[in-house]
Amino acid sequence: MEPRLQLISIVASLGVFALVFELVRRRRLMERYALLWMLAATSLLVMSIWSDLLNQLADALGVQYGPSVLFAVVLGFGFMLMIHFSLVLSRLSDQNKVLAQQLALLQSEQETGRAASAGDPRDAEQSAGGDLRVS
Amino acid sequence: MQRHLAIVPAYNEAGAIAATVADVHEHAPEFDVVVIDDGSTDATAAYARAAGAVVIQLPFNLGIGGAVQAGYLYARDRGYEVAVQIDGDGQHDPRELRKLLGVLRADPGLNMVTGSRFAGDGEDGYRSSASRRVGIRLFAFILSRVVGRPVTDPTSGMRMCDRKAIELFAADYPHDYPEVEAVLMLHAHRLEGTEVPVRMRARTTGVSSINASRSVLYMVKVLLAIFVGLLRARPTVDPGEPAPVAAPRGI
Repeated sequence: MEPRLQLISIVASLGVFALVFELVRRRRLMERYALLWMLAATSLLVMSIWSDLLNQLADALGVQYGPSVLFAVVLGFGFMLMIHFSLVLSRLSDQNKVLAQQLALLQSEQETGRAASAGDPRDAEQSAGGDLRVS
Repeated sequence: MQRHLAIVPAYNEAGAIAATVADVHEHAPEFDVVVIDDGSTDATAAYARAAGAVVIQLPFNLGIGGAVQAGYLYARDRGYEVAVQIDGDGQHDPRELRKLLGVLRADPGLNMVTGSRFAGDGEDGYRSSASRRVGIRLFAFILSRVVGRPVTDPTSGMRMCDRKAIELFAADYPHDYPEVEAVLMLHAHRLEGTEVPVRMRARTTGVSSINASRSVLYMVKVLLAIFVGLLRARPTVDPGEPAPVAAPRGI
């Protein structure tokens, strides 16, 4: 690799690492979501410093054109990150649903409770039987 | 005495909800009515309350699956023996509830009774678009094969559940277009369902949640859900497992 290119790629991957680190430091990014990014930045950095690694990897994998291994690695990280986000999103939307239901049920319980103290015996019996706790 | 609950999911049904609730009170007085207001932007909740229903007001729109599940959670927590889903738009005639209830009670091994537009003599007042009928036929065919009993109306939202089915659906209910998947879930838990022919009315106000351009997406999603569902090692997850649908409930 040309020294100039090597310098640029080292600076770039250090930049990514620093950005992620800074976001975590300012608490805008949670550690658990930063790990994959840091891993990606670190491997880019390793490949920039140890520039022969790509060629060795390409030889070992039987890839003719060395830089395409780089594309493969970057694509792999992108893919992993997106799967990771989809998982997090799925969990979040489900937790969101549970929260919304729980809130609505509690609210209606509170309303019937208020109606009960206003003197409606049927509602009183209902809210006494209600237990929102779910196992 | 057994306690019965009518779960009425409603999204922006201010024009029809009061009549629907009154209809249930009049023709099926043994049913308490709970309206699940799925984040409506109109006065659905107020009309439902004025009509004498208990209203559970979701803070934002969850979609039909989340709304109906809230109803089953309510039914389970309040100890109802029987719960029936009725659409808020007045499509479902509460006079049919007695028929469904009779069938459900007649056979203790039965856990869910669905009101079907297409079962029986085929004479029905309900009209829908051709593309929707094709989809319904396809799901009906697949579901019948999978569960080993004739399913003629897989997308019918008029279904009556016993305590076991209530507990199942309160714990886990499908997300986006739940009717078809719910039949599969029931089967996976070795619960029994059947169909009863009912007449449904054309909706008077509001719009269906599934319009024509979305029906293809609907079909693909449901087919995916069916086949993934078939390949699941275990049909449901328990609270605390890593799968997102197992998000622990309770505060």
